[in-house]
Amino acid sequence: MMRVLVLSFMCLMLGWGAASAGETIVIKGSTTVLPVAQAAAEAYMKKHPEVNISLSGGGSGNGIKALIDKSTDIANTSRFIKGKEIKLAVEKGSYPVPHRVAIDAIVPIVHPENPVTDLTIEQMSLIYQGKIKNWKEVGGKDKRIVVVSRDTSSGTYEVWAKKVLHKARVTPRAQLQASNGAIVQVISKNSYAIGYIGLGYLNRSVKTIKVSGIEATVQTALSGTYPIARPLFMFTNGWPKGTVSDFINFVVSPEGQKIVKKEGFVPLY
Amino acid sequence: MSRKFKEIIIKNVFFFFALVSIFILGLIVVFLFREGLPIFKVVSVKDFIFGNEWYPTYDPPDFGIWPLIVGSIIVTLFSSLIAVPLGILSAIYVSEIASPLMKEILKPAIELLAGLPSVVLGFFGMVVLAPWLQETFDLPTGLNIVNVSIILAIMAVPTISSISEDALYSVPREFKEASYALGATRFETIAKVIVPAALSGISTAVILGMARAIGETMVVLMVAGGAAAIPESIFDSVRPMPASIVAEMGEAPFQSDHYHALFATGAALFFMTLFFNLIADYISTKFKEVGSATL
Repeated sequence: MMRVLVLSFMCLMLGWGAASAGETIVIKGSTTVLPVAQAAAEAYMKKHPEVNISLSGGGSGNGIKALIDKSTDIANTSRFIKGKEIKLAVEKGSYPVPHRVAIDAIVPIVHPENPVTDLTIEQMSLIYQGKIKNWKEVGGKDKRIVVVSRDTSSGTYEVWAKKVLHKARVTPRAQLQASNGAIVQVISKNSYAIGYIGLGYLNRSVKTIKVSGIEATVQTALSGTYPIARPLFMFTNGWPKGTVSDFINFVVSPEGQKIVKKEGFVPLY
Repeated sequence: MSRKFKEIIIKNVFFFFALVSIFILGLIVVFLFREGLPIFKVVSVKDFIFGNEWYPTYDPPDFGIWPLIVGSIIVTLFSSLIAVPLGILSAIYVSEIASPLMKEILKPAIELLAGLPSVVLGFFGMVVLAPWLQETFDLPTGLNIVNVSIILAIMAVPTISSISEDALYSVPREFKEASYALGATRFETIAKVIVPAALSGISTAVILGMARAIGETMVVLMVAGGAAAIPESIFDSVRPMPASIVAEMGEAPFQSDHYHALFATGAALFFMTLFFNLIADYISTKFKEVGSATL
Protein backbone atom coordinates (compact mmCIF):
# COMPACT_ATOMS: atom_id res chain seq x y z
CA MET A 1 0.00 0.00 0.00
CA MET A 2 2.71 2.38 1.06
CA ARG A 3 4.69 1.60 -2.05
CA VAL A 4 1.70 2.39 -4.29
CA LEU A 5 1.25 5.71 -2.57
CA VAL A 6 4.89 6.64 -2.90
CA LEU A 7 4.93 5.58 -6.56
CA SER A 8 1.81 7.56 -7.44
CA PHE A 9 3.20 10.54 -5.60
CA MET A 10 6.41 10.29 -7.61
CA CYS A 11 4.43 10.03 -10.85
CA LEU A 12 2.51 13.14 -9.87
CA MET A 13 5.71 15.00 -9.14
CA LEU A 14 7.19 13.90 -12.46
CA GLY A 15 4.08 14.89 -14.33
CA TRP A 16 4.04 18.22 -12.63
CA GLY A 17 7.74 18.70 -13.39
CA ALA A 18 7.16 17.91 -17.05
CA ALA A 19 4.24 20.32 -17.31
CA SER A 20 6.14 23.14 -15.72
CA ALA A 21 9.17 22.62 -17.92
CA GLY A 22 7.53 24.52 -20.81
CA GLU A 23 7.22 28.24 -21.06
CA THR A 24 4.45 30.25 -19.45
CA ILE A 25 2.81 33.39 -20.76
CA VAL A 26 0.72 35.47 -18.35
CA ILE A 27 -2.07 37.60 -19.84
CA LYS A 28 -4.24 40.00 -17.81
CA GLY A 29 -6.61 42.86 -18.51
CA SER A 30 -9.75 43.97 -20.30
CA THR A 31 -12.84 41.77 -20.12
CA THR A 32 -13.77 42.96 -23.62
CA VAL A 33 -10.61 41.44 -25.10
CA LEU A 34 -10.91 38.35 -22.90
CA PRO A 35 -12.97 36.16 -25.30
CA VAL A 36 -10.49 36.82 -28.13
CA ALA A 37 -7.47 36.17 -25.92
CA GLN A 38 -9.10 33.02 -24.52
CA ALA A 39 -9.84 31.52 -27.93
CA ALA A 40 -6.46 32.54 -29.32
CA ALA A 41 -4.65 31.08 -26.29
CA GLU A 42 -6.49 27.77 -26.64
CA ALA A 43 -5.66 27.54 -30.33
CA TYR A 44 -2.04 28.50 -29.68
CA MET A 45 -1.59 25.96 -26.88
CA LYS A 46 -2.99 23.26 -29.14
CA LYS A 47 -0.29 24.03 -31.68
CA HIS A 48 2.43 24.46 -29.06
CA PRO A 49 1.74 22.04 -26.22
CA GLU A 50 4.95 23.09 -24.43
CA VAL A 51 3.59 26.63 -23.89
CA ASN A 52 1.32 27.33 -20.98
CA ILE A 53 -0.84 30.46 -21.14
CA SER A 54 -2.47 31.75 -17.98
CA LEU A 55 -5.28 34.19 -18.63
CA SER A 56 -7.38 36.47 -16.44
CA GLY A 57 -9.68 39.47 -16.85
CA GLY A 58 -10.01 42.36 -14.43
CA GLY A 59 -10.17 45.43 -16.63
CA SER A 60 -7.87 47.45 -18.88
CA GLY A 61 -6.55 49.49 -15.95
CA ASN A 62 -5.63 46.39 -13.99
CA GLY A 63 -3.91 44.91 -17.04
CA ILE A 64 -1.72 48.00 -17.47
CA LYS A 65 -1.09 48.05 -13.73
CA ALA A 66 0.10 44.44 -13.89
CA LEU A 67 2.30 45.24 -16.89
CA ILE A 68 3.94 48.10 -14.99
CA ASP A 69 4.47 45.87 -11.94
CA LYS A 70 5.89 43.26 -14.34
CA SER A 71 3.43 40.66 -13.04
CA THR A 72 2.10 39.97 -16.54
CA ASP A 73 3.66 39.47 -19.96
CA ILE A 74 0.73 40.81 -21.95
CA ALA A 75 -1.88 43.37 -20.88
CA ASN A 76 -5.17 43.35 -22.82
CA THR A 77 -6.84 46.74 -23.09
CA SER A 78 -9.96 48.05 -24.76
CA ARG A 79 -8.50 51.57 -24.77
CA PHE A 80 -5.13 53.19 -25.43
CA ILE A 81 -2.72 53.65 -22.52
CA LYS A 82 -3.15 56.95 -20.66
CA GLY A 83 -0.50 59.64 -20.16
CA LYS A 84 -0.35 59.08 -16.42
CA GLU A 85 0.14 55.35 -16.92
CA ILE A 86 2.99 55.89 -19.38
CA LYS A 87 4.65 58.23 -16.89
CA LEU A 88 4.34 55.69 -14.09
CA ALA A 89 5.62 52.91 -16.36
CA VAL A 90 8.69 54.89 -17.39
CA GLU A 91 9.38 55.76 -13.74
CA LYS A 92 9.38 52.06 -12.94
CA GLY A 93 11.52 51.20 -15.95
CA SER A 94 8.87 49.64 -18.20
CA TYR A 95 8.22 50.60 -21.79
CA PRO A 96 4.67 49.56 -22.75
CA VAL A 97 4.34 48.75 -26.45
CA PRO A 98 0.85 48.55 -28.01
CA HIS A 99 -0.18 45.87 -30.51
CA ARG A 100 -3.51 46.35 -32.22
CA VAL A 101 -5.19 42.93 -32.33
CA ALA A 102 -8.81 43.55 -33.32
CA ILE A 103 -11.48 46.18 -33.88
CA ASP A 104 -14.65 46.32 -31.84
CA ALA A 105 -17.85 48.04 -32.86
CA ILE A 106 -20.04 49.32 -30.05
CA VAL A 107 -23.71 48.66 -30.73
CA PRO A 108 -26.75 50.31 -29.14
CA ILE A 109 -29.31 47.69 -28.08
CA VAL A 110 -32.94 47.68 -26.91
CA HIS A 111 -35.53 45.11 -25.88
CA PRO A 112 -36.87 43.09 -28.86
CA GLU A 113 -40.37 44.51 -28.27
CA ASN A 114 -39.19 48.09 -28.75
CA PRO A 115 -40.41 49.41 -32.14
CA VAL A 116 -37.53 51.90 -32.54
CA THR A 117 -35.01 50.68 -35.12
CA ASP A 118 -32.84 53.66 -35.96
CA LEU A 119 -31.38 56.56 -33.96
CA THR A 120 -28.97 59.30 -34.92
CA ILE A 121 -25.82 59.99 -32.88
CA GLU A 122 -27.41 63.28 -31.87
CA GLN A 123 -30.56 61.56 -30.54
CA MET A 124 -28.52 59.01 -28.61
CA SER A 125 -26.38 61.77 -27.17
CA LEU A 126 -29.49 63.56 -25.90
CA ILE A 127 -30.92 60.30 -24.53
CA TYR A 128 -27.72 59.59 -22.61
CA GLN A 129 -27.54 63.14 -21.28
CA GLY A 130 -31.07 62.71 -19.96
CA LYS A 131 -32.52 65.39 -22.24
CA ILE A 132 -34.74 63.04 -24.24
CA LYS A 133 -36.72 61.20 -21.59
CA ASN A 134 -39.52 59.43 -23.45
CA TRP A 135 -39.47 56.90 -26.29
CA LYS A 136 -42.24 58.77 -28.13
CA GLU A 137 -39.81 61.66 -28.75
CA VAL A 138 -37.78 59.36 -31.00
CA GLY A 139 -40.70 57.56 -32.63
CA GLY A 140 -41.42 54.85 -30.08
CA LYS A 141 -44.16 54.12 -27.55
CA ASP A 142 -45.12 56.53 -24.78
CA LYS A 143 -42.72 55.10 -22.21
CA ARG A 144 -39.97 56.54 -20.07
CA ILE A 145 -36.47 55.76 -21.36
CA VAL A 146 -34.28 53.85 -18.94
CA VAL A 147 -30.68 54.68 -19.84
CA VAL A 148 -28.27 51.82 -19.19
CA SER A 149 -24.56 52.51 -19.47
CA ARG A 150 -21.26 50.89 -18.58
CA ASP A 151 -19.62 52.34 -15.49
CA THR A 152 -17.72 55.53 -16.24
CA SER A 153 -14.28 53.94 -16.00
CA SER A 154 -14.83 51.15 -18.53
CA GLY A 155 -13.00 51.29 -21.84
CA THR A 156 -16.28 50.74 -23.69
CA TYR A 157 -17.83 53.68 -21.87
CA GLU A 158 -14.88 55.87 -22.77
CA VAL A 159 -15.37 55.26 -26.48
CA TRP A 160 -19.10 55.85 -26.11
CA ALA A 161 -18.50 59.13 -24.24
CA LYS A 162 -16.12 60.30 -26.93
CA LYS A 163 -18.02 59.26 -30.05
CA VAL A 164 -21.64 59.65 -28.95
CA LEU A 165 -21.75 62.05 -26.02
CA HIS A 166 -18.88 64.18 -27.36
CA LYS A 167 -17.59 64.38 -23.78
CA ALA A 168 -20.90 65.63 -22.38
CA ARG A 169 -21.82 64.09 -19.04
CA VAL A 170 -24.05 61.06 -18.91
CA THR A 171 -27.14 61.64 -16.76
CA PRO A 172 -26.65 60.61 -13.12
CA ARG A 173 -29.97 58.71 -13.40
CA ALA A 174 -28.34 56.30 -15.85
CA GLN A 175 -28.10 52.75 -14.59
CA LEU A 176 -24.47 51.74 -14.57
CA GLN A 177 -23.63 48.10 -15.16
CA ALA A 178 -20.22 46.58 -14.63
CA SER A 179 -19.95 44.36 -17.72
CA ASN A 180 -21.16 43.81 -21.26
CA GLY A 181 -22.92 40.65 -20.11
CA ALA A 182 -24.81 42.49 -17.37
CA ILE A 183 -26.04 45.07 -19.90
CA VAL A 184 -27.39 42.35 -22.20
CA GLN A 185 -29.07 40.74 -19.19
CA VAL A 186 -30.75 44.00 -18.12
CA ILE A 187 -31.86 45.04 -21.62
CA SER A 188 -33.30 41.63 -22.43
CA LYS A 189 -35.57 41.91 -19.37
CA ASN A 190 -36.63 45.54 -19.69
CA SER A 191 -38.70 46.96 -22.56
CA TYR A 192 -38.02 50.53 -21.40
CA ALA A 193 -34.25 50.31 -21.54
CA ILE A 194 -31.50 51.21 -23.99
CA GLY A 195 -27.88 50.14 -23.62
CA TYR A 196 -24.72 49.56 -25.61
CA ILE A 197 -22.30 46.64 -25.86
CA GLY A 198 -19.30 45.38 -27.79
CA LEU A 199 -20.20 43.52 -30.99
CA GLY A 200 -18.89 40.24 -29.56
CA TYR A 201 -21.57 40.17 -26.85
CA LEU A 202 -24.60 40.43 -29.16
CA ASN A 203 -27.20 37.69 -28.93
CA ARG A 204 -30.81 37.10 -29.81
CA SER A 205 -32.28 38.26 -26.51
CA VAL A 206 -31.75 41.90 -27.55
CA LYS A 207 -32.39 44.02 -30.64
CA THR A 208 -29.72 46.20 -32.25
CA ILE A 209 -30.39 49.80 -33.22
CA LYS A 210 -28.98 51.24 -36.43
CA VAL A 211 -26.86 54.33 -36.01
CA SER A 212 -28.04 56.96 -38.52
CA GLY A 213 -29.20 54.14 -40.77
CA ILE A 214 -25.97 52.14 -40.58
CA GLU A 215 -26.06 48.71 -39.04
CA ALA A 216 -23.09 47.54 -37.02
CA THR A 217 -21.56 44.62 -38.88
CA VAL A 218 -18.05 43.39 -39.50
CA GLN A 219 -18.14 45.01 -42.96
CA THR A 220 -19.38 48.44 -41.90
CA ALA A 221 -16.95 48.57 -38.97
CA LEU A 222 -14.03 47.50 -41.15
CA SER A 223 -14.82 50.01 -43.88
CA GLY A 224 -15.17 52.78 -41.31
CA THR A 225 -18.77 53.67 -42.21
CA TYR A 226 -20.03 52.51 -38.82
CA PRO A 227 -19.24 55.45 -36.56
CA ILE A 228 -18.76 53.86 -33.12
CA ALA A 229 -15.76 51.57 -33.46
CA ARG A 230 -12.46 51.27 -31.61
CA PRO A 231 -9.29 49.20 -31.73
CA LEU A 232 -8.47 46.58 -29.08
CA PHE A 233 -4.89 46.23 -27.88
CA MET A 234 -2.42 43.86 -26.33
CA PHE A 235 0.40 45.71 -24.57
CA THR A 236 3.80 44.20 -23.91
CA ASN A 237 6.68 45.46 -21.84
CA GLY A 238 9.19 46.56 -24.49
CA TRP A 239 9.29 44.84 -27.86
CA PRO A 240 8.10 41.28 -27.33
CA LYS A 241 10.66 38.49 -27.54
CA GLY A 242 10.53 34.72 -27.81
CA THR A 243 7.25 33.02 -27.04
CA VAL A 244 5.38 36.26 -26.27
CA SER A 245 6.35 37.65 -29.66
CA ASP A 246 5.32 34.39 -31.28
CA PHE A 247 1.92 34.48 -29.57
CA ILE A 248 1.19 38.07 -30.63
CA ASN A 249 2.24 37.25 -34.17
CA PHE A 250 -0.20 34.35 -34.01
CA VAL A 251 -3.05 36.63 -32.91
CA VAL A 252 -2.47 39.07 -35.78
CA SER A 253 -1.83 36.30 -38.33
CA PRO A 254 -4.66 35.33 -40.74
CA GLU A 255 -5.34 32.31 -38.52
CA GLY A 256 -5.58 34.46 -35.37
CA GLN A 257 -7.78 37.01 -37.10
CA LYS A 258 -10.13 34.20 -38.09
CA ILE A 259 -10.55 33.54 -34.36
CA VAL A 260 -11.19 37.27 -33.80
CA LYS A 261 -14.00 37.12 -36.35
CA LYS A 262 -15.43 33.93 -34.89
CA GLU A 263 -15.63 35.56 -31.44
CA GLY A 264 -17.80 38.31 -32.90
CA PHE A 265 -15.18 41.04 -33.22
CA VAL A 266 -13.92 42.76 -36.35
CA PRO A 267 -10.59 41.46 -37.73
CA LEU A 268 -7.85 43.95 -38.61
CA TYR A 269 -7.89 43.11 -42.32
CA MET B 1 7.31 19.63 31.18
CA SER B 2 5.57 21.15 34.12
CA ARG B 3 1.94 22.11 33.99
CA LYS B 4 2.76 25.74 34.61
CA PHE B 5 5.26 25.83 31.75
CA LYS B 6 2.66 24.37 29.40
CA GLU B 7 0.20 27.02 30.45
CA ILE B 8 2.71 29.75 29.65
CA ILE B 9 3.40 28.32 26.20
CA ILE B 10 -0.29 28.00 25.37
CA LYS B 11 -0.96 31.51 26.58
CA ASN B 12 1.84 32.92 24.49
CA VAL B 13 0.81 31.04 21.37
CA PHE B 14 -2.69 32.53 21.61
CA PHE B 15 -1.27 35.94 22.38
CA PHE B 16 0.98 35.68 19.33
CA PHE B 17 -1.89 34.83 16.97
CA ALA B 18 -4.03 37.61 18.41
CA LEU B 19 -1.16 40.03 17.83
CA VAL B 20 -0.69 38.82 14.25
CA SER B 21 -4.34 39.39 13.39
CA ILE B 22 -4.33 42.84 14.97
CA PHE B 23 -1.13 43.65 13.09
CA ILE B 24 -2.65 42.55 9.75
CA LEU B 25 -5.78 44.57 10.44
CA GLY B 26 -3.59 47.57 11.24
CA LEU B 27 -1.69 47.17 7.97
CA ILE B 28 -4.94 47.05 6.01
CA VAL B 29 -6.14 50.26 7.66
CA VAL B 30 -2.78 51.96 7.00
CA PHE B 31 -2.91 50.87 3.36
CA LEU B 32 -6.50 52.08 2.99
CA PHE B 33 -5.61 55.53 4.27
CA ARG B 34 -2.30 55.79 2.47
CA GLU B 35 -4.04 55.11 -0.84
CA GLY B 36 -7.13 57.17 -0.04
CA LEU B 37 -5.77 60.35 1.53
CA PRO B 38 -4.03 61.80 -1.58
CA ILE B 39 -7.46 62.56 -3.10
CA PHE B 40 -7.87 65.36 -0.58
CA LYS B 41 -5.11 67.28 -2.33
CA VAL B 42 -7.47 67.50 -5.32
CA VAL B 43 -10.81 67.95 -3.58
CA SER B 44 -11.70 69.16 -0.09
CA VAL B 45 -13.10 66.72 2.47
CA LYS B 46 -16.39 68.62 2.43
CA ASP B 47 -16.73 68.51 -1.37
CA PHE B 48 -15.77 64.86 -1.39
CA ILE B 49 -18.36 63.77 1.15
CA PHE B 50 -21.18 66.21 0.36
CA GLY B 51 -20.56 66.73 -3.36
CA ASN B 52 -23.53 65.68 -5.48
CA GLU B 53 -21.66 64.85 -8.67
CA TRP B 54 -19.69 61.64 -9.15
CA TYR B 55 -17.87 61.96 -12.50
CA PRO B 56 -14.43 60.59 -11.77
CA THR B 57 -13.28 60.10 -15.36
CA TYR B 58 -14.34 63.40 -16.87
CA ASP B 59 -12.17 66.40 -17.48
CA PRO B 60 -12.49 68.25 -15.14
CA PRO B 61 -13.54 65.40 -12.82
CA ASP B 62 -16.00 65.63 -9.93
CA PHE B 63 -15.49 63.48 -6.87
CA GLY B 64 -18.66 63.89 -4.82
CA ILE B 65 -19.76 60.69 -3.05
CA TRP B 66 -22.91 62.05 -1.38
CA PRO B 67 -25.27 60.16 -3.77
CA LEU B 68 -23.29 56.98 -3.03
CA ILE B 69 -23.48 57.52 0.74
CA VAL B 70 -27.22 58.22 0.52
CA GLY B 71 -27.63 55.12 -1.64
CA SER B 72 -25.84 52.98 0.94
CA ILE B 73 -27.81 54.37 3.88
CA ILE B 74 -31.22 54.07 2.20
CA VAL B 75 -30.59 50.52 1.07
CA THR B 76 -29.34 49.54 4.53
CA LEU B 77 -32.32 51.11 6.33
CA PHE B 78 -34.81 49.62 3.92
CA SER B 79 -33.39 46.15 4.12
CA SER B 80 -33.35 46.30 7.92
CA LEU B 81 -37.00 47.29 7.81
CA ILE B 82 -37.64 43.93 6.19
CA ALA B 83 -34.95 41.82 7.86
CA VAL B 84 -35.28 42.92 11.48
CA PRO B 85 -38.90 41.83 12.09
CA LEU B 86 -38.35 38.66 10.07
CA GLY B 87 -35.10 37.80 11.82
CA ILE B 88 -36.25 38.52 15.37
CA LEU B 89 -39.69 36.94 15.03
CA SER B 90 -38.24 33.81 13.48
CA ALA B 91 -35.68 33.64 16.29
CA ILE B 92 -38.45 33.94 18.87
CA TYR B 93 -40.48 31.28 17.09
CA VAL B 94 -37.60 28.86 16.81
CA SER B 95 -36.33 29.27 20.35
CA GLU B 96 -39.58 29.67 22.29
CA ILE B 97 -42.60 28.43 20.39
CA ALA B 98 -41.65 25.79 17.83
CA SER B 99 -41.95 22.10 18.62
CA PRO B 100 -38.63 20.21 18.76
CA LEU B 101 -39.29 18.72 15.30
CA MET B 102 -40.11 22.11 13.79
CA LYS B 103 -36.96 23.48 15.37
CA GLU B 104 -34.89 20.73 13.79
CA ILE B 105 -36.21 21.72 10.38
CA LEU B 106 -36.29 25.51 10.68
CA LYS B 107 -32.92 26.16 12.25
CA PRO B 108 -30.80 24.57 9.53
CA ALA B 109 -33.11 26.04 6.88
CA ILE B 110 -32.47 29.57 8.09
CA GLU B 111 -28.75 28.89 8.40
CA LEU B 112 -28.72 27.52 4.87
CA LEU B 113 -29.75 30.97 3.67
CA ALA B 114 -26.48 32.31 5.07
CA GLY B 115 -24.61 29.76 2.99
CA LEU B 116 -26.07 30.94 -0.32
CA PRO B 117 -23.34 32.74 -2.27
CA SER B 118 -24.27 36.40 -2.73
CA VAL B 119 -23.77 36.18 -6.49
CA VAL B 120 -26.53 33.58 -6.65
CA LEU B 121 -28.90 35.86 -4.75
CA GLY B 122 -27.85 38.76 -6.96
CA PHE B 123 -28.60 36.76 -10.06
CA PHE B 124 -31.97 35.80 -8.64
CA GLY B 125 -32.71 39.48 -8.04
CA MET B 126 -31.63 40.36 -11.54
CA VAL B 127 -33.48 37.76 -13.60
CA VAL B 128 -36.46 36.83 -11.42
CA LEU B 129 -37.30 39.59 -8.96
CA ALA B 130 -36.53 42.59 -11.20
CA PRO B 131 -38.85 41.65 -14.10
CA TRP B 132 -41.54 40.65 -11.60
CA LEU B 133 -41.35 43.98 -9.75
CA GLN B 134 -41.34 45.83 -13.05
CA GLU B 135 -44.46 44.12 -14.34
CA THR B 136 -46.40 44.05 -11.09
CA PHE B 137 -45.92 47.72 -10.26
CA ASP B 138 -45.57 48.92 -13.86
CA LEU B 139 -42.17 50.48 -13.26
CA PRO B 140 -39.55 51.66 -15.75
CA THR B 141 -36.97 49.46 -14.03
CA GLY B 142 -36.97 46.56 -11.59
CA LEU B 143 -33.38 47.23 -10.51
CA ASN B 144 -34.27 49.57 -7.69
CA ILE B 145 -34.17 50.18 -3.95
CA VAL B 146 -37.01 47.75 -3.23
CA ASN B 147 -35.36 44.93 -5.14
CA VAL B 148 -31.91 45.35 -3.59
CA SER B 149 -33.42 45.74 -0.12
CA ILE B 150 -35.34 42.48 -0.42
CA ILE B 151 -32.23 40.59 -1.50
CA LEU B 152 -30.08 42.18 1.21
CA ALA B 153 -32.77 41.36 3.77
CA ILE B 154 -32.61 37.71 2.72
CA MET B 155 -28.89 37.86 3.39
CA ALA B 156 -29.22 39.62 6.76
CA VAL B 157 -32.01 37.41 8.18
CA PRO B 158 -29.75 34.44 9.05
CA THR B 159 -27.27 36.71 10.86
CA ILE B 160 -29.99 38.48 12.82
CA SER B 161 -31.94 35.30 13.47
CA SER B 162 -29.10 33.11 14.70
CA ILE B 163 -27.49 35.74 16.96
CA SER B 164 -30.92 36.70 18.41
CA GLU B 165 -31.67 33.07 18.99
CA ASP B 166 -28.43 32.65 20.95
CA ALA B 167 -29.39 35.66 23.04
CA LEU B 168 -32.90 34.29 23.68
CA TYR B 169 -31.51 30.87 24.47
CA SER B 170 -29.15 32.23 27.10
CA VAL B 171 -31.93 33.91 29.10
CA PRO B 172 -31.85 31.97 32.40
CA ARG B 173 -34.60 29.41 32.87
CA GLU B 174 -35.62 30.84 36.21
CA PHE B 175 -36.94 33.98 34.48
CA LYS B 176 -39.36 31.97 32.43
CA GLU B 177 -40.34 29.75 35.34
CA ALA B 178 -40.91 32.75 37.61
CA SER B 179 -43.05 34.39 34.96
CA TYR B 180 -45.23 31.31 34.49
CA ALA B 181 -45.44 30.87 38.27
CA LEU B 182 -46.96 34.34 38.50
CA GLY B 183 -49.68 33.24 36.09
CA ALA B 184 -48.39 35.03 32.98
CA THR B 185 -49.38 33.62 29.60
CA ARG B 186 -46.82 32.42 27.09
CA PHE B 187 -47.17 35.61 25.05
CA GLU B 188 -46.71 37.80 28.12
CA THR B 189 -43.66 35.82 29.14
CA ILE B 190 -42.08 36.22 25.70
CA ALA B 191 -42.96 39.89 25.25
CA LYS B 192 -42.29 41.14 28.77
CA VAL B 193 -39.63 38.84 30.18
CA ILE B 194 -37.63 36.89 27.64
CA VAL B 195 -37.24 39.50 24.89
CA PRO B 196 -36.32 42.37 27.25
CA ALA B 197 -33.79 40.14 28.99
CA ALA B 198 -32.21 39.26 25.63
CA LEU B 199 -32.35 42.81 24.32
CA SER B 200 -28.61 43.42 24.32
CA GLY B 201 -27.96 40.34 22.20
CA ILE B 202 -30.87 41.15 19.89
CA SER B 203 -29.62 44.71 19.30
CA THR B 204 -26.16 43.41 18.53
CA ALA B 205 -27.74 40.99 16.07
CA VAL B 206 -29.66 43.78 14.35
CA ILE B 207 -26.63 46.01 14.01
CA LEU B 208 -24.40 43.21 12.75
CA GLY B 209 -27.10 42.39 10.20
CA MET B 210 -27.14 46.01 9.09
CA ALA B 211 -23.35 46.07 8.89
CA ARG B 212 -23.56 43.04 6.64
CA ALA B 213 -26.02 44.85 4.36
CA ILE B 214 -23.99 48.05 4.17
CA GLY B 215 -20.79 46.26 3.22
CA GLU B 216 -22.33 43.83 0.75
CA THR B 217 -20.81 44.21 -2.71
CA MET B 218 -22.02 41.66 -5.22
CA VAL B 219 -25.75 42.09 -4.63
CA VAL B 220 -25.68 45.89 -4.76
CA LEU B 221 -23.56 45.73 -7.89
CA MET B 222 -26.02 43.43 -9.62
CA VAL B 223 -29.44 44.68 -8.54
CA ALA B 224 -29.20 48.26 -7.25
CA GLY B 225 -29.21 49.63 -10.80
CA GLY B 226 -26.15 51.79 -10.22
CA ALA B 227 -27.50 55.30 -10.74
CA ALA B 228 -25.29 57.82 -8.93
CA ALA B 229 -28.16 60.20 -8.14
CA ILE B 230 -30.12 60.91 -4.97
CA PRO B 231 -33.25 58.75 -5.36
CA GLU B 232 -36.67 60.39 -5.47
CA SER B 233 -38.74 57.29 -4.79
CA ILE B 234 -38.19 53.78 -3.49
CA PHE B 235 -38.49 52.54 -7.07
CA ASP B 236 -35.44 54.52 -8.22
CA SER B 237 -32.04 52.99 -8.86
CA VAL B 238 -29.19 53.78 -6.49
CA ARG B 239 -25.45 53.19 -6.39
CA PRO B 240 -24.21 52.17 -2.94
CA MET B 241 -20.52 52.71 -2.16
CA PRO B 242 -19.31 49.08 -2.44
CA ALA B 243 -20.86 48.79 -5.92
CA SER B 244 -19.02 51.89 -7.03
CA ILE B 245 -15.69 50.66 -5.72
CA VAL B 246 -15.91 47.22 -7.23
CA ALA B 247 -17.26 48.41 -10.58
CA GLU B 248 -14.63 51.08 -11.13
CA MET B 249 -11.49 49.82 -9.43
CA GLY B 250 -10.60 47.45 -12.25
CA GLU B 251 -10.38 50.22 -14.81
CA ALA B 252 -9.10 53.10 -12.70
CA PRO B 253 -5.51 53.94 -13.70
CA PHE B 254 -3.11 52.95 -10.92
CA GLN B 255 -2.50 55.79 -8.42
CA SER B 256 -4.61 58.25 -10.39
CA ASP B 257 -7.01 60.63 -8.67
CA HIS B 258 -9.83 58.22 -9.51
CA TYR B 259 -7.95 55.37 -7.82
CA HIS B 260 -7.33 57.47 -4.71
CA ALA B 261 -10.99 58.58 -4.70
CA LEU B 262 -12.12 54.93 -4.70
CA PHE B 263 -9.85 54.15 -1.74
CA ALA B 264 -11.17 57.21 0.07
CA THR B 265 -14.70 55.89 -0.58
CA GLY B 266 -13.53 52.63 0.98
CA ALA B 267 -12.26 54.58 3.99
CA ALA B 268 -15.63 56.33 4.33
CA LEU B 269 -17.32 52.93 4.23
CA PHE B 270 -14.84 51.71 6.85
CA PHE B 271 -15.88 54.54 9.17
CA MET B 272 -19.56 53.76 8.63
CA THR B 273 -19.19 50.08 9.51
CA LEU B 274 -16.89 50.98 12.41
CA PHE B 275 -19.61 53.30 13.66
CA PHE B 276 -22.17 50.47 13.45
CA ASN B 277 -19.88 48.12 15.34
CA LEU B 278 -19.17 50.69 18.05
CA ILE B 279 -22.91 51.14 18.56
CA ALA B 280 -23.34 47.37 18.73
CA ASP B 281 -20.57 47.16 21.30
CA TYR B 282 -22.00 50.02 23.36
CA ILE B 283 -25.51 48.54 23.37
CA SER B 284 -24.37 45.06 24.26
CA THR B 285 -22.35 46.32 27.26
CA LYS B 286 -24.99 48.80 28.37
CA PHE B 287 -27.97 46.45 28.38
CA LYS B 288 -26.02 43.42 29.45
CA GLU B 289 -27.92 41.17 31.83
CA VAL B 290 -25.18 39.56 33.83
CA GLY B 291 -27.52 36.81 35.05
CA SER B 292 -30.31 36.14 37.46
CA ALA B 293 -28.12 37.45 40.26
CA THR B 294 -28.52 41.02 39.06
CA LEU B 295 -32.23 41.07 39.56
